[in-house]
Amino acid sequence: MALLELREVCKTYHLGEMDLQVLKGVTLSVAKGELVALMGASGSGKSTLMNILGCLDHPSSGEYWLDGQEISGASANERARLRNRLIGFVFQSFNLLARTSALDNVSMPLTYGYEYVHEEEMKARATAMLDKVGLADRMDHQPSQLSGGQQQRVAIARSLINRPRLLLADEPTGNLDSRTSQEILQMLRALNEEEGLTIILVTHDPQVARHAKRVIHIRDGLIEGDGEAKREEKST
Amino acid sequence: MRAYRTFKTAMRALRRNVMRAALTTLGIVIGVAAVIAMMEIGNGSSKAIQHTIATMGAYNLMVFPGNSLLAGISTGTGGSMRLTPGDAEAILADCPSVAAAAPVVFARAQAVYNNLNWQPGTLYGTTPAFLDVRDWSDMALGDAFSESDVRNASKVCVIGKTIVEKLFLDEPPIGKELRLMNVNFKVIGVLKAKGANMMGSDQDDIILAPWTTIKYRLSATGNSTASSAAATTTSVLPSQVYPPAPASLYSVPTSTQQADTPQPVRFANVNQIVVAARSGGEIQSAIEEITALLRERHHIRADMPEDFTIRDMTEMARTMSSTTELMTTLLLIVAAISLVVGGVGIMNIMLVSVTERTREIGLRMAVGAQSNDILHQFLTEAIVLCLIGGAVGIAVGRTTSILVRLIKHWPTAVSLGAIIVAVAVSALVGVLFGFYPAWKASRLDPIDALRYE
Repeated sequence: MALLELREVCKTYHLGEMDLQVLKGVTLSVAKGELVALMGASGSGKSTLMNILGCLDHPSSGEYWLDGQEISGASANERARLRNRLIGFVFQSFNLLARTSALDNVSMPLTYGYEYVHEEEMKARATAMLDKVGLADRMDHQPSQLSGGQQQRVAIARSLINRPRLLLADEPTGNLDSRTSQEILQMLRALNEEEGLTIILVTHDPQVARHAKRVIHIRDGLIEGDGEAKREEKST
Repeated sequence: MRAYRTFKTAMRALRRNVMRAALTTLGIVIGVAAVIAMMEIGNGSSKAIQHTIATMGAYNLMVFPGNSLLAGISTGTGGSMRLTPGDAEAILADCPSVAAAAPVVFARAQAVYNNLNWQPGTLYGTTPAFLDVRDWSDMALGDAFSESDVRNASKVCVIGKTIVEKLFLDEPPIGKELRLMNVNFKVIGVLKAKGANMMGSDQDDIILAPWTTIKYRLSATGNSTASSAAATTTSVLPSQVYPPAPASLYSVPTSTQQADTPQPVRFANVNQIVVAARSGGEIQSAIEEITALLRERHHIRADMPEDFTIRDMTEMARTMSSTTELMTTLLLIVAAISLVVGGVGIMNIMLVSVTERTREIGLRMAVGAQSNDILHQFLTEAIVLCLIGGAVGIAVGRTTSILVRLIKHWPTAVSLGAIIVAVAVSALVGVLFGFYPAWKASRLDPIDALRYE
């Protein structure tokens, strides 16, 4: 069964009197355990699609099934709960809380969770996550004391703390040099392969996309190509 | 539990930027400190002003004997002699609104010392409580006479500044003896100068002595009332050399008339009882209590008019209450202005803070914060800031008022009300002025907020 499924999803923005149709009927299905790259030039509707996939926005029409629920009509609060429970986010600019220790950054999503997580358990879980991303010795460091790659690893730990079904990575390597980028991508791949975590990697860089098993190209609000990552790209 | 978590999150957010938090609270700190300092200094000044007015006798009540009708002729107020020193004691003991009460016996006599003489404007026989009633207990020199002087009818007196000037010139008066109608009175104290009263008569032109002494040793000279000749039981000293006995205005009743209208014979009568109410607000209740008490003591039937009259200082009391009101209003306005200024300061910085933290808000929303969570977090931050500001403000305000008291020697009074109001208002300011920025933050769209540069 597919973890998420989009059926004829459209998104229209109303800009004054003009209607701007950004997504023109996207149908897409991602199974559990997939590592998918979502590619497209800027203005292609890639970000809008990602926002809808990440429950940050709702489609104007069409259906969105996530983890067996139809959620295209969910209210803002319901979507907040879904994001908290099911989705982890990794951003291009890390988005860590300044002047806050890595540990507190990682445990922050737990404070908005459904069930009350005890202070000690919060700390234990955050420690485990930081350990997993290899930052066990940097728990008390603040973002300004960490390198870009380390910051992104903290962000990944944060996105995993609620044990999400889906990890949405929006240009996770956009602010990193190529060597650190490789490390981050290796880490995401490892998460996908070893723990079966479903990951959607939003990027415009073919170098990044070739880490994925499946690449979806989007252009002018429509899916243009959907298939296996190309062998020759992988070899370059 | 959720509230506790919100509180923790808010506290963590505040700790992340201590400097900004401190600057934000500064407005409230200054506001609350201003309120507390103003209230305390103002309260002190207000109390000082009230005390000043009180020393002028604003709280005083005077109980006079009432009218008596003799052979169809009204004698006017003070005509009958029905007040006793016992009444004064009973008033003090039984009327809760009364702070002090003293009986007064009027007399008129020439005072002589060596080759100088003077007719004192006021010669009162009374008890030491008189000085409490008139707020005159601080003596310039010496001491007041005591209760035992009253019991013993001691020949001692306390004199005002004018008397000192007229009789003693440059001599120290304490221990000297002056003569009143051939009776020697030892001067044991000099009253502090009080100056003229509101009507312009000199309040320092006064001699005070135990009422027993005046009553029994100075004869009944002062009791120039219609019934005095018949009713007084006091002995008349033979040597009435000095001022002649007052001419009787009314015909002396014949023995038949006296038999027809028996005057109650009392051990001692006084001309007046002076009473001090506990405060301006209790003057009215004091009047009611005294009326009820004296009616009972004088066995007056419910349908009969009183045989006494109570007068209060309406004009002065009014001045006093309007002064107090003025001070209170002034302080309230100043307090309100400073708190509003502080509140606007908080709102400004909270608004800036919301803009500055847009990305943080976007992130929190992305990881699952609902708009209410954001609203509560920012509101909690504002309220915590205001309460901390309030607490620091109280400390600063108290310190200021203590400093003012120590350095400038101004009177200050702790105002618990001001503290409670300041804390309540600072919390309220936090909610009111923190709400708009918090609401604005909670309305942010997570997508826009995340992309905000």
